[in-house]
Amino acid sequence: MLPVIFVMPLIQMLVLVFAATNELRQVDVAIVDFDNSTSSRKLTSEIAGIPFFKVKQNLVNTQEAEDLLMRNKVDLALIIPQSFDKDLTLNKSSEVQILVDAINGSAAQLSLGYLSSVIAGYSQKILLKTAVPGSVMMKNIVVKPTYWFNPQLNFKYYMAPGILVVLITVIGMLLGGMNLVREKEIGTIEQINVTPIKKWQFIAGKLLPFLAIGLFDLAFGLLVARLAFNIPIRGSFLLLFGMASIYLVLVLSLGLFISTISDTQQQATFVTFFMLIVFILMSGLFTPVESMPDWAQKLDYANPLYYFVKIMRSVILKGSNFPDIINEAATLSVFAASIFGLAIFRYRKTS
Amino acid sequence: MKRFLAFLRKEFFHIFRDPRTLIILFGIPIAQLMLFGYVMTNEVRNVKIAIVDHSQDDFSKRLTNRLLSSGFFQLSAIPTAEADYENLFRSGTIKELVIFGPDFGRHLINEGRADIQVIADASEPNAAQLIVNYTTAITNSFVKNELMKDQVLPGINIKVRMLFNENMRDAYNFIPGLIAVILMLISAMMTAITIAREKESGTMEILLASPLRPIQIILGKVVPYMLLSIVSALVVLALGMIVFKVPVIGSFALLLAEILLYIFLALSLGILISTFVDSQLTAMAISGFVLMLPSILLSGFIFPIKNMPIPLQVIANLMPPRWFIEINRSVMLKGGGLAEIWPNTLILLGLSILFIFISVKKFKIRLQ
Repeated sequence: MLPVIFVMPLIQMLVLVFAATNELRQVDVAIVDFDNSTSSRKLTSEIAGIPFFKVKQNLVNTQEAEDLLMRNKVDLALIIPQSFDKDLTLNKSSEVQILVDAINGSAAQLSLGYLSSVIAGYSQKILLKTAVPGSVMMKNIVVKPTYWFNPQLNFKYYMAPGILVVLITVIGMLLGGMNLVREKEIGTIEQINVTPIKKWQFIAGKLLPFLAIGLFDLAFGLLVARLAFNIPIRGSFLLLFGMASIYLVLVLSLGLFISTISDTQQQATFVTFFMLIVFILMSGLFTPVESMPDWAQKLDYANPLYYFVKIMRSVILKGSNFPDIINEAATLSVFAASIFGLAIFRYRKTS
Repeated sequence: MKRFLAFLRKEFFHIFRDPRTLIILFGIPIAQLMLFGYVMTNEVRNVKIAIVDHSQDDFSKRLTNRLLSSGFFQLSAIPTAEADYENLFRSGTIKELVIFGPDFGRHLINEGRADIQVIADASEPNAAQLIVNYTTAITNSFVKNELMKDQVLPGINIKVRMLFNENMRDAYNFIPGLIAVILMLISAMMTAITIAREKESGTMEILLASPLRPIQIILGKVVPYMLLSIVSALVVLALGMIVFKVPVIGSFALLLAEILLYIFLALSLGILISTFVDSQLTAMAISGFVLMLPSILLSGFIFPIKNMPIPLQVIANLMPPRWFIEINRSVMLKGGGLAEIWPNTLILLGLSILFIFISVKKFKIRLQ
């Protein structure tokens, strides 16, 4: 029990947060330079000069680049045509081709975005040098982005609050759920059933210790996140832990409810496991909820994790206060109360 | 042989008598297929945005129209005071704010260049980057089509070809990985649990005392799950090809052979786990922790291994699904053959032999 309480938060925060990242560390580019001119070599060295790109040069034909793409050795291939330099000097315009390994769509788009912006920057540079004023009527609109709440676009800031939700959900549902079923399996539940204890007292008594453990693990996990990757915590702790308490009552009641309807630990684990997979994947933890189809978004109204992931991210990263999250908070409270009631109702002292 | 067949029949009865486990066995793969096929997508759609137009000129209005009619964005607020901006982000009402400065149109006419300011909610960093990329792309095409009347722009133009997944469908990325995850779940986890159950209930000793040889007992335990695994692999593959239109460009026979090899590997891993544990609960905990989590998160299934820190990359290299997912993607999407995937195949083969070797050693010790 004790190792679970301490080791699980550590492993989840350190392994999962680091593993679950879409932040590109390095993009491998193959460059096929058919032109081999001053301009094309400059473009190549411009790209190679950025540490983020790892460039494979000196390829003789497109086939070689495609082969590298095929064997996962590069993510992108840039093909510079033979007339590159000539076109640039004569027509002020030239074309290059980029081949993208698009199996992972979003990674493909991001890495393509980076390479395109480097080429656009280089293109801008030579244009400024050679432009004849007034030759072409240029009009341009430049988009200037600002990234709020996470200016370095640190993916760990995004993942950590979500993983914390998974952490206390797993702890709540597994520990809470397993506990009652275990008593059933070894038969000690009968001994409790013959005492004069009231049903709600029994369920609440089962719930409170795990609530304390869950809150402790949340605090511990937050501390790990703070120390390991310096996540900013902008919202109020009171709000954070208040919300977490409501949420924990919900998942613990859910766990207890599952255990009232299961006979063995194996059944309880399978049901819990299945629910966890669906809840977690649909919660918006890994992919944005807005991108999901309509029916999935409607289903998510019944997914406690959806609300709590939203609350945690808003409060921790954006410093949201109570009025900002009042809808989510109200929904979670209603859920918690009803499932708690359901667990008490379903628990039978007589069999 | 007759004895063995009888034993095999008994094992099948065991499986089919427990409908709850069967439902889970086929329910989890189907639920995962639905979730990954329809629900999980990194594409950005229906982004809630707000637009502040201080300029209110012809250009800004046209660009606003262009942004909103693109299908990516949805106008959710028109804030009037600057103080509202942060509130809108904090309450999650919007994910992006587009601001046209007061002199937007004038700058564009007089200087040929104007800026728009875009603020994105980077508490979701990847979505924020994609949103800004879309905004930029729409603005650029607006400039090209409407302001420059499609004349050839000076500078370097980029022609892009998306290989292997032209329309960037997420299913292409997920289906090959999903086969690996599901097979791990059925083959390894269920084998480990079923052998652990015999041990826990003490019936293992009875089996060992029977005239069946130990190897027959293990085979009898494993064969049903092997058949189940093959069936579910084919089901997932067929659904992937028919429903999600994921192609198999390479050789189908090669793909099936690799799937068989991987099932063999997963089963040996299941046997290996079962030799270490005495109860179903530990078997489940180990399977869940050692198999499920890494095969989902450290295998390149959802998150590319390249992006992980080096120590995790090293660990990921020890995960069998990592190698199998690469094989799947190569054969299915890239049309790869043995020439490309022989190193991965060798690794899978080597790992299976290693697992079997250790299990045989462990199993003999337990007999004494």
